[in-house]
Amino acid sequence: MLSYTIRRVGQLIPVLLGMVFIVFMMIRAIPGNPAQLILGQQASKQAIEELTKQLGLTEPWYTQFVEYMKGLFQGDLGMSLKTRNPISDELWPHLAATIELAFVAMIIAVIIGVNAGIISAWLQNSWFDYGVMLIALIGISMPIFWFGLMEQYFVSIQLDLLPTTGREDVRAPIEAITNLYLLDTLIQGNFSQFIEVVKHLILPGIALGTIPMAIIARMTRSSMLEVMKSDYIRTARAKGLKMPLVVYKHSLKNAMIPVVTVIGLQAGLLLGGAILTETIFGWPGIGTYIYDAISSRDYPVIQSGILVIATLFVFINLIVDLLYAAIDPRIKY
Amino acid sequence: MAELAGTTPPITNPTAAQEERVISPWRDAWRSFRKNKLAMAGMFLVAFFILIAIIAPLIAPYSYDVQKMADKHLAPSAAHWFGTDEFGRDILTRIIYGARISIWVGCISVAGSVIVGSTLGVIAGYYGRFIDMIISRVFDIILAFPSILLAIAVVSVLGPSLRNALIAIALINVPIFGRLVRSKVLSVKQEEYISAAKAIGMKDSRILFQHVLPNSMAPIIVQGTLAIATAIIEAAALGFLGLGAQPPTPEWGKMLADSKDFILDAPWTVIFPGLAIMLTVLGFNLMGDGLRDALDPKMKN
Repeated sequence: MLSYTIRRVGQLIPVLLGMVFIVFMMIRAIPGNPAQLILGQQASKQAIEELTKQLGLTEPWYTQFVEYMKGLFQGDLGMSLKTRNPISDELWPHLAATIELAFVAMIIAVIIGVNAGIISAWLQNSWFDYGVMLIALIGISMPIFWFGLMEQYFVSIQLDLLPTTGREDVRAPIEAITNLYLLDTLIQGNFSQFIEVVKHLILPGIALGTIPMAIIARMTRSSMLEVMKSDYIRTARAKGLKMPLVVYKHSLKNAMIPVVTVIGLQAGLLLGGAILTETIFGWPGIGTYIYDAISSRDYPVIQSGILVIATLFVFINLIVDLLYAAIDPRIKY
Repeated sequence: MAELAGTTPPITNPTAAQEERVISPWRDAWRSFRKNKLAMAGMFLVAFFILIAIIAPLIAPYSYDVQKMADKHLAPSAAHWFGTDEFGRDILTRIIYGARISIWVGCISVAGSVIVGSTLGVIAGYYGRFIDMIISRVFDIILAFPSILLAIAVVSVLGPSLRNALIAIALINVPIFGRLVRSKVLSVKQEEYISAAKAIGMKDSRILFQHVLPNSMAPIIVQGTLAIATAIIEAAALGFLGLGAQPPTPEWGKMLADSKDFILDAPWTVIFPGLAIMLTVLGFNLMGDGLRDALDPKMKN
């Protein structure tokens, strides 16, 4: 296990370096003069020269790359061109908002997905099974941004059940401590605000959670079907154990191993999907941060946002791989 | 298809009965595909949208870009089945033309990924060593990004346009096919008939085209169909973020983005383009699942 861990972490280094390099080269890959593109046609010559210097485009790329890496190690992500603030200061509240949303989406996806998959396998070839599998297929085929809009239209506008956009009631803003509002409101003991935060999380959480939910349901079902064919399940049933016990205790334990991997992979993908969900629901997360930066051509912010999410994605995948090896002692590396 | 079937390894011990009626693996796959109702439904959906895309100018009732402000936000009716948008353009017409764009982007970008990916995969798998290491690392790095994020990065560098969105989508899918072909090459390389082919002096290129690539066809077709589904969603997502097709192109994702602010007054402007995306993608997904069941011997009972 230890040697596997070391090897797996060792593989990470070239990947991370490559990622940083790609993100670093983004601004240099812009056709023409990047500073001109950022400032627009009317910009003065002096302003363009200044920005070219600020972006480090006057120096050769390799010295600049070393500088960039040095900065990253010190937690320096550069400066936003629009607000002129250090990006590392601006990033955390956005990142916290995204993490909170992704976490809730994952919980919804796992609870509904795993249970739907289990029951589908249990009632294989029943109407319930067909229904769940069809819904799962539709869930995978739906663009989440469209689903989010439909949620807003039917649940928020037509039925007026839940708020359409944002993270909190703007009339009663939340005092940020950790920027994870579920946690903040609990720390402050403000229960009505906590409920408000939960209400704001439900619709974007479901929208973001749909695809992982569908994939988890399909994976759980096929994994359960596989396990339920095994001898020890037949033995358990032969000695008269009740079906719920066989399904939830004996089968589930073994069936969950591949499911855990899928859950981990999906957790990483949620971070990518967050961009689309956040723009729909006005969620002030890192997706919105990148989206706004794209329209104002704030390249350092786009770079940092992408780098942070991609790094998180890589580390989540690492944790999943290690967990997978830890959960299943039969796997030898 | 029959030509490809001929290149698969010959049955080592053909009995007289098999010689009489040889069933090619492709026909066998088609037989089991045809029995799969969901897969057939998917194929009909796909065929339907492709047909619509081809004959768009013949069936579209209106023009997709002529604005008619007097007809702004008309609800669905006999004259406008799916209603009109904020410029008075018929939504049905725009969806019909949109099918051209989505299917074109989906198919062309995946074709690009397949060509580039298989070439790199073959090079990595066949020549191995140093080249393999470099190519595989590059694949790892590309796959280390959440795909939509890398697409956004590429488009924000190249500038927003449909063509650049297509390039970005093709790029993020390259490693999928690269890895697939590479692993196929590695496993086929071990086979005895490749040693035999080498022994009789067959050239590398001939071995590749006659043995290695035909062996990779089935998984490429399955993955390719599923990748078209994802590519269509990704193109719509880029269009939705304003990074893909530009107005007045009737791209489905862009249509959603333009009408999302009017959802209160004119929900039909949002509902129908999304349904179109969903049905097209569903078709490709169902077909891909069916093809996997039919072509992948591991799943076959």
